[in-house]
Order: sequence, then C-alpha cells, then structure tokens
Amino acid sequence: MKTKTILMTATAVVLAGAASAEEMADSMTLVSWGGAYQASQVNAYSEPYKALNPGLEVIWDESSNEAVAKLRAMNEAGNVTWDLVDVVASDAIRLCDEGLAMEFDPDELLAEGDDGTPASEDFGDLIVSDCFIPQIVYSTTFGYRTDMVGDTPPTDVCAVFDTETYPGKRSLEKRPINNMEWALICDGVSDEEVYDVLETEEGQARAFAKLDTIKDDVIWWSAGADTPQLLADGEVVMGSTYNGRLFSVIEEQKQPVAMLWDAQVFDLDGWIIPAGLPADRLARVKDFVKFATDTQRLADQAKYISYGPARQSSAPLVGKHAELGIEMAPHMPTDPNNAKHTFLYNYEWWADYRDDLDAKFQAWLAQ
Amino acid sequence: MAEATADTATPTPGSVATGPMLAADGVPLKRSLARALRREKLRALALIAPLLIFILVSFIAPIVDMLFRSVENEIVSETLPRTVVALKDWDYESGEGPGEDVYAALYVDLVEAEEMKTHTRLGSRLNYEMTGISSLFRKTGRGIGRMDTDAYTKAITTLDAAWNEPATWIAVMDDDSARALLPETASAWSSWTRIVAANNDDIAKEEPGDFLFTTLYRDLSAATPDALAGYEGPEAARVREAAARIGSIEPVSLREQFLDIDKDWSDVQVWGTIQAFSPKYTPGYFLSAVDLQETPSGIEQQPDDQKIYRLLFKRTMFMSLAIMFSCILLGYPVAFLLSSLPLRTSNVLLILVLLPFWTSLLVRTSAWKVLLQQQGVINDVLVWMGVVADNDRLVMINNQFGTIVAMTHILLPFMILPLYSVMKTIPPTYLRAAKSLGATNWTAFWRVYFPQSVPGIGAGCILVFILSIGYYITPELVGGTTGTFISNRIAYHISSSLNWGLAAALGTILLVLVLALYWVYDRIVGIDNVNLG
Amino acid sequence: MNATGPAASAFVEFERVQKSYDGETLVVKDLNLSVAKGEFLTMLGPSGSGKTTCLMMLAGFETATHGEIRLGGKEINNIPPHKRGIGMVFQNYALFPHMTVAENLSFPLEVRKIDKATREEKVKRALDMVQMGAFGGRRPAQLSGGQQQRIALARALVFEPELVLMDEPLGALDKQLREHMQFEITNLAHNLGITTVYVTHDQTEALTMSDRVAVFDDGVIQQLAPPDELYEQPQNSFVAQFIGENNTLHGSVEKISGGRCTVRLDDGQVIDAMPVKVAGEGERTLISIRPERVEVNSDSLGPDAHTLDAEVLEFIYMGDVFRTRLRVAGNDNFVIKTRNRADQTRLAPGEKVKIGWLPEDCRALDA
Repeated sequence: MKTKTILMTATAVVLAGAASAEEMADSMTLVSWGGAYQASQVNAYSEPYKALNPGLEVIWDESSNEAVAKLRAMNEAGNVTWDLVDVVASDAIRLCDEGLAMEFDPDELLAEGDDGTPASEDFGDLIVSDCFIPQIVYSTTFGYRTDMVGDTPPTDVCAVFDTETYPGKRSLEKRPINNMEWALICDGVSDEEVYDVLETEEGQARAFAKLDTIKDDVIWWSAGADTPQLLADGEVVMGSTYNGRLFSVIEEQKQPVAMLWDAQVFDLDGWIIPAGLPADRLARVKDFVKFATDTQRLADQAKYISYGPARQSSAPLVGKHAELGIEMAPHMPTDPNNAKHTFLYNYEWWADYRDDLDAKFQAWLAQ
Repeated sequence: MAEATADTATPTPGSVATGPMLAADGVPLKRSLARALRREKLRALALIAPLLIFILVSFIAPIVDMLFRSVENEIVSETLPRTVVALKDWDYESGEGPGEDVYAALYVDLVEAEEMKTHTRLGSRLNYEMTGISSLFRKTGRGIGRMDTDAYTKAITTLDAAWNEPATWIAVMDDDSARALLPETASAWSSWTRIVAANNDDIAKEEPGDFLFTTLYRDLSAATPDALAGYEGPEAARVREAAARIGSIEPVSLREQFLDIDKDWSDVQVWGTIQAFSPKYTPGYFLSAVDLQETPSGIEQQPDDQKIYRLLFKRTMFMSLAIMFSCILLGYPVAFLLSSLPLRTSNVLLILVLLPFWTSLLVRTSAWKVLLQQQGVINDVLVWMGVVADNDRLVMINNQFGTIVAMTHILLPFMILPLYSVMKTIPPTYLRAAKSLGATNWTAFWRVYFPQSVPGIGAGCILVFILSIGYYITPELVGGTTGTFISNRIAYHISSSLNWGLAAALGTILLVLVLALYWVYDRIVGIDNVNLG
Repeated sequence: MNATGPAASAFVEFERVQKSYDGETLVVKDLNLSVAKGEFLTMLGPSGSGKTTCLMMLAGFETATHGEIRLGGKEINNIPPHKRGIGMVFQNYALFPHMTVAENLSFPLEVRKIDKATREEKVKRALDMVQMGAFGGRRPAQLSGGQQQRIALARALVFEPELVLMDEPLGALDKQLREHMQFEITNLAHNLGITTVYVTHDQTEALTMSDRVAVFDDGVIQQLAPPDELYEQPQNSFVAQFIGENNTLHGSVEKISGGRCTVRLDDGQVIDAMPVKVAGEGERTLISIRPERVEVNSDSLGPDAHTLDAEVLEFIYMGDVFRTRLRVAGNDNFVIKTRNRADQTRLAPGEKVKIGWLPEDCRALDA
C-alpha cells in the first residue's frame, strides 16, 4: 500500500503540470465475456487507452456471465475489486435495482457525439437503466443450414415452427425470453400486442401450446457457442443464437449456414460501474469510459465483431473487418436490409415476469 | 510435560497406604494426571487449530449462512418499517385495500427507501412472491418525488414562513414532548436526518422535504385540543397556531396519489403479499422449494404449471442412484483387475483411470457430444453397419442417458479408487481357500471376495452419490430437458435470478436429504464398514 | 532321482512334472513322487526350492508345465481346484473374516449342498475334534493364533477329504505352541487315516511329524526318506548340511575299496569314510560327520581307526550336552557334542586333543 502511494506520488511529480487534476488509480480491472468479444474490446478500447496513458495496468476478468452474483457477493463482503463490468441490459437493470451499480448522468459521464450531439441524445432510448452505459446492439436471431432446407430457404421466423417444410432439429435457448415472443408472433399475435398477450394466463398458455408443437424437435442450448457448433455438425437445421456467433460461422469458418434475420430480437450490451468505488478508482474508470464510448471507439469495435455500435453517430464510421477485409455494415443487425422486421425486447416487462415465467418454462420443459 | 509425567510416574513412599494416591510432590495422583492430560490435550488442540479454524471459516460458516438465508426476510420490515406496523391491523380477507394511514406510512417509507436506493431491491424480493411488484416499486420510486403532497408544504409555509426554516424543525424535533405530540412527524424527521446524512448535507441548511409537511399535517389534524393546549415545548405558539388553522388546508388523499402512479396499489393481492412477508423470518423460501407457496390466505400448492422442484428432487435422486449403480457395474471389474495385477502394471492403468480428472470439463463434454450426438461417431457407425436407419438415429445426448453416461465417466475414479484400495488388502489366499473348500469360481467370489469388498463399494457409493447430487455443469451441458438436476436450479437462482433465499432453501433440503440418506446407510450397512482407503 | 516309495498303494503321484513361470527357468525340474494312502509326507526345503509350487500344483492353483499329477489313480491336471476335494490349510489360515467360525466350517459343506442338520452336526464334530466347540459363534479376528490354527485345520477336515495339504501352517505361532500343534496335527492325521502333504522349511517340524520327508532344493527332490534315514544317511552334501547339525571337512579321494574309501584332507591328514557319493579316485569330496558321532576318547574307537589332531576353541555348557568347538584340519567350526555324564571330561579352550570316529559314521559326499 505504502509503495503504491509513493509510486503514485512519483508519477504525480513526473506529470507535474499535466492536466490530471484528480488523482487516478494506476490499475483498472475490467470484466467481460472473454473470447472474440473481449478481444474486440481490447483492440478497440483498452489498447488505444493504454497508449494514451503509459504505465496504466489493465486487468481483464472473464466473469461477465456470473457478474451479477459475483458483484452481489463482493458487495456483501464489502470488497468490490472490479472497476467496470460488461453486462447485458437486463442484468444492468437488475444490478441497478439491487443498488450494486452506480447511477450516473449520461451527459456528464459520457462524451458528446462527434457531431456535438449530447450523449443522452446520441444513445437515446438505449440507456435503458440509470446505471447502464450502452456499448453495442446485438440481436438474437436464427441461422440455418443452406444444404438442409431444399430449394426454399426460410425467410420467415415461423419456419422454426414449420417442421413439415423444414424437418430436423432446431436449437433454442433454454429460457423463456425470446422463445415466448416468437411463439406468439407465429401464433398470429402482432408484434405490438405480444407483451399484452403474454401478460395473461391465456397468452402464456398459448405460447406454450405453440412451443409444444416443436418440443420434440428442439435441442435446448445454454451456452452461446452451442448453436454454431450444432449447425456446423449438422445436428440442427436451424437454431437461434447471437448474430456475431453466426457471422463467425458463416464468414470465418465458411460453413454452409445463412442468416434468418426475420424477427430478430434486439438486445443491448454495455458497461456498469460498481457502486461504492473509492475516489481514485472511480476517477480512472470515468476517464476510461468517456474515452471508450466515444463515437470513434464504438465504431472501431465493429471492425472486430459484427455488433452494431450503440451511438447513432458511430454508424457512418463503421468500416471493414480488420482481418477479413469485408464491409461490416451489411452484417450489422441494424443494417436496413437486416432490420426489416425486428422485435424490441421489453426489459421492464421481463424484469417483472422473468421469475414467474422461468418457473413455468422449466416446469413445461420438465414435463 | 516431561516433569508432569515424571511426577505421576514416581511412586511416593507411604502413599500405598489408605487415602488418595499421592504423586511425588504430594499432589493427589488423580489431579496430577488430569493436569498432565490437560496439557497434552491443549497441545493437541493447538496442533489441529489451523485446520479447525480453516474448516470453521470455509465450511461451517457458509453452511450456517446458507441455513440463515433460507429463512431470513428482514428486508421487508427494514425497508418499510412503518408500513409493516400500519398493516398489522389490516385484514386481507376483507377484500378491501388498507386505509389512508397505511398509504401515509408507505409514503414516508418509500421516500426514504427511494433516497437510499433500497426500494428496487425490495421490489425484486417481493417479485419472487408476486409477479409485477418489481416494476410497481420501480415506478413508484420514480413518481414518489412528484406527488401532490407539495400542496401541504405550500399551505403550511404560507401560514407561517418559519416552517420553511430548518432551525424551526430542529428546535421542535429536539424536544421529547413535541415528538410525543407529533409522532408521525418525529418518525419522518428521523428518516430526514438519515437522508441528509447519507447525502453528506448539513441538516441546518437543507429545506425540509415535502413528506415532513405531510406528516405534520396529519399529526396536527389528529392532535386533540387537550394535547395541544398542554404542549409547553419549543415553538409552542407556532405549533398551536398551525394546528388551529390546519383545517383550512385542502387534504390530499395519499391513496389517490399512489393509485395515480400505479393502479396496482389498490390491488389487495399486493398488500396481502407485503403483509404476509413482513415478519423477519419466513418459511416462504422452503415452501417454494417444495412447490408450495405462502399466499396472503395461507399455504397453498403452486399451480400445476409451476411445479418443478419436487420433480427435480426426485429426478436428482433417481439419476444419482443410476449413476452410482453404473459406476459400480463399470468400476468393480476394473478395480478387481487392477488389484490383481502386479504393482507396476496397476500403477500405469491407474493413471488411465485418473485421466478424466486431468482433462478439462469442456473437452470431455465436447468429446461426448462428438461421440453421442445424432450425427456423431456412434450413430454414424451404427448407420454404416445397418443397425439403425439413417432417418432414425438414436438420441443419446441431451437427455437422461447422456447425463448418466457423461457423469459416470467423470465419477468413475471416485468408485474405482476406494474399491481398489480395499481390494488391494484382500489376500488372494481367501479365494484359493474358498476354491479348495469346494467353491466354484463364482461362489468363491460371491460368498468370500465380494463381502470383503463391500466397504469399498460403500465408500465409492457415498462419494459418487454425494458428488453427483451436487453436479450441475455436466447436466446443464448434456442433460437437455430431462437430464437436469436440482443443482441446476440452485445455480440458476444463485447466479441468474439472484433469489439466494430460494437457492439456500433448496440447498438446505438437499443437505438434509443427503444426511438422511447417510443415516439410513449407516443403519443398513454401518458406517464403520466404509473404507475410504 | 529315483524316489521309490510304497508304489503299490500310491495315492498321490507326480510323474515327470515340470513347472516354469517365465518360460526360461524351471522351478520344478522333472519331479517324480508318490505318496501312499494314509501317509504323512513333508516337503522340506529352503524358500524358492519349489516345494510350495509342487503343493500348489497338487491343489490345482498352478498348472504343471509338463508331466502328470494323479490322485487316486486319476489324472487331475485339468480338474479345477474346487472339484479335487482336497482339504487345505494355508500359511495365514485364510479364515474368512466376515464369517463366524461356524460359518467358516459350514462353508465347504454348503457348497456341497449338504442339508442343514447334517451340516450343523459335522461342524460341531469338527469343532470338538480340535477342542474348539465353544467358539462357533466367534469371528476369526477374536481368536488367538493357535485357535485360528485349529479352526483352519477343522475347516480343512470338516468335509472329510482323503488328502489334506498344509502350507507352512505353523509358521506364525510361537515355539511352544508350535511344538504342541505339531503333536496334535500328526495325531489327528493318523487317527483319521488321511493322507497329508505338508510343506515347511523347518527341519525339526519335518523330522518330528512325517512318515517320509522329501528334501527339495533347486527344483529337485534331493532325498526322499523317512526322518531317521534322512538324518543318518544323507545322500548328498545338501541334505547332510540342511538336516541337523553337521561338520564338514574338504579333501580328495585317495582310494576306494571294499565299501570304504581313504580321503586325504586338505591339510594332509588321512581318514577313512563311507563312499556315499564320490565321483572316483582323485576327485574332490566333502566329508560329513554328525557332532554327536565324534569321539574325543580314542579308547572307544576301533584299533584301525584314524584319529585327527584338534585344538579346543570354545566350550559351551548346555545342560544335557556339552558343545565344544574345535579347530580340525583348518576348520574352525568343527563342533562336537558329548553327553553330560558324570565321567565326561570338560575340555578347556587351548587344549590339544585327538579326535576320531567310526568310518561308518563318516560319509564322503559330493564336493
């Protein structure tokens, strides 16, 4: 501890006269999902930031899939070691509800767009929680084996429920979210009414009845890598997963798989700052976040992975893939060609109904 | 230590006679011995102390914490202390919502909770019991600052601007008789001091919040003329003046205010849930864990479409037993072979047995998928051999079969090792003796060898069964819908739904089940007959 | 080796039996042996001499590599152990620890499908036979070594086999108990008239118990004879040295004539001996003579007897006998035993004496 203080004092002396008015910690622990996604964050955010801040130590922790539980445990133990945590929007809402994530004012914390738009406008509706700093828009959508669908490649999400035209197994995530919505849409409910219908007992029964029609043909996945593998092995004819995973199956592994963008469900991923950070670490994290979520940085991430930047002002800056050299814009879930029919995930609604429907969903699965 | 032993060992001349035996120094031998033994015990205790402390901290404490969490429910009474008290007299069965007093209590509670950011946490907690409460609390938190209660503030400060001065409030609220006269205000004032302190503000400079004026209005309206007349505390004139003119202020219905934010506040189900879960300790989690639920009108069965835990407990037991038996079937011959081989060969083979330990879980699981899936190696071979039709491939993974296969593979070493160590100690002469006495190979094995290997089977069974009961990663990956365990739900509630109370209740039940089975096992087989090698 | 026995009533026969475990060396080399019905035959030899292997082949736990083993005239090479009907007592008794004494005894009867009443009666009789009638309900672990030994014996006899094999059954007992059990076993065997093949490395045991003893060494029976013959007329130097105490002197044969031979010892002195196993005149030989057959008092010897010069090195008083160690013809370990008689002189160390013996007691054997 003492050494650290001396070091920091020394740094301060060296940097005397530099802009740093607040004292910032010289190391920072970032939590993310590992794999290609984390790599894109390292390339687009932390490496450029380290270049600007020599001597800064950035530690990555691949714990995002259990971040909520771990943060709560850390908070109870009174020792939060993380500085910035990458989570999906629904987890951010949960963490905010639990008081585990810090609330902030977007216009104060985040940089303006490159065209001068205030952050709150540039991100717009994507700031779904007072604690959530949006980063990317991704979608959960379907991929299918081009060699297993005959001459009529599916164009409609309801192909999932059409086992006559498209026989074979399909993979769906082992949770109610998205599946219930797709089931209702394919049972004739309009997009706008999905959640109103799902709120009623009859609506839920209706969704389960629709899912019943394909229950024997479904392989349920729980890890994002499952569907790409099942598609590559030919175990399933179609399956849902994150669009970035499908991009890698199609473009990087060159498997005979194609995207079915119809009724893709948009979801958000972003940062939260744990509540109760000490001043020096908080100062460091705020500085990093301002940098890492500016217009250019968010656009840069799309060079490495096919997820859309959360800022409107970043969209025009999206370029080519860093290694494959292909234009990334057509692979973004937000590309007009892909986004002809999208479905909006209702975070508030699921925050209420998640526990209840999950119990029902598990009971239905176990029957 | 050494001297003490010497003391007790040295015979004392004359002590042979009557009376208590004395040590050489004249101390009774018994006491001397006890002292020597005590020192020995203390030393032994000091030696095991590190382990003891380690176990206490890393094992006993978490279990106690888990047991505690499974019944702990302080969040409701801590977040809504006034509401919980006010709701006591409300009768759910009446079918009517509670009165204005309860809404007033809720108002003050939620103002503080919103400032402290605890209302959403309470919402999540109650949402486990009733769907929709989470958003109700979140929504109410956002609306609580925008209620029409500022009408009271305006009216009272218009009557007397001094009420806008923090000093007035501090003076009044510092006095015991004033607090007795204005109980709700006093209670709200303590909340106010906490809010101000949490924001690092100075109470002497902060303009009093709207809710203080609301409670002041309610207290003054409710105060009897006698009480007012008898009040001699600070600002007595000002308080009497305000009380005299309080009737002129247009009342604001807090119930209406809450209903404006969300009509669900008129739902008796919401109030019933808050009331049912207001005690500090609740059986609710345990009830949920066995597919019951605590409702405002008592304990009820969960609706059929939500019953899952009893089924999963049964399935977990069944699958664990199946895994245990397949481990015996596969492990026994292997251990038998190993124990009859020369040491060098058996050591090499043991390494093969232990190999699953050294491969990563994901590699193992992927290997099973490659083998067992419908387009997998085994199915390909069967199709090629013409045993199964191409369009009718066997389903061997993502079901119970897959789970049993994969878990048997993983847990087999836990069966083989204790079996091996027990079999190693059974001399081959027993088998020879049995054969020389006329027993066939099978009789010799079954009557003589097998009974002696039972301790190894017992140890292996306990290990495999207990380990498999707690496994969740493998069932999650290869279990599909029919091969998942209760542990998968525990993991879900720990890491995903954050319903740690339910997870703790499920875990406690699992613990009790294991202990009960252990007890039964002890009664049938006898735990002395277990040899862990 | 010509192992002649009472061949007319041969009950157990080994004919040209060989055994090899590794295919390179023979542990049993061309064994011929026959045991008469009711005979008590002991296989005696150092460890690794092949005696236990022979026993195991007879019991059926090892198969002969070559040759024939017959029991009651029938070849039993291919009969599994449990069908041979041979009782066996093992080195560590091999009592089944999970069964009571009575259950142990009942076991061979149960596998023979004998009814319960008969079983109980036979078990009781067998237990009484070894004076253990009161111990039927105990577990083997609750018994002393000697008691276990009796139970093992009773178990081997309870099903009334015609042949009993015993593999060093007394090895684990203390001296006194061992001597007592030797007596009991021989008594039982003779009273019941069963044939016994007994393996031991203890020569006293072999001499006191057996009708005949087969001395094994290096996979070959060195001599097969009744105990007295074995002791007094050893056929080769191995037997002479292995059985009882023995003095040896080295020399070469000078002349053989008329059932006597003259031997010149290595220090030049000349003695007479029986030419039991000498290659011919001029060949090396080993002179063997028992300590108790050496005379210090030359008066008791014949007039033509040779005498040798000796120096007393040590005198030990042993109660019934005196044991005197001498230096004779360069051998410092030449021992003589004289009975403690009233007129017997006690030799003092340093004393020079003349010793001699009858030529019949002195055997010239293979060097």
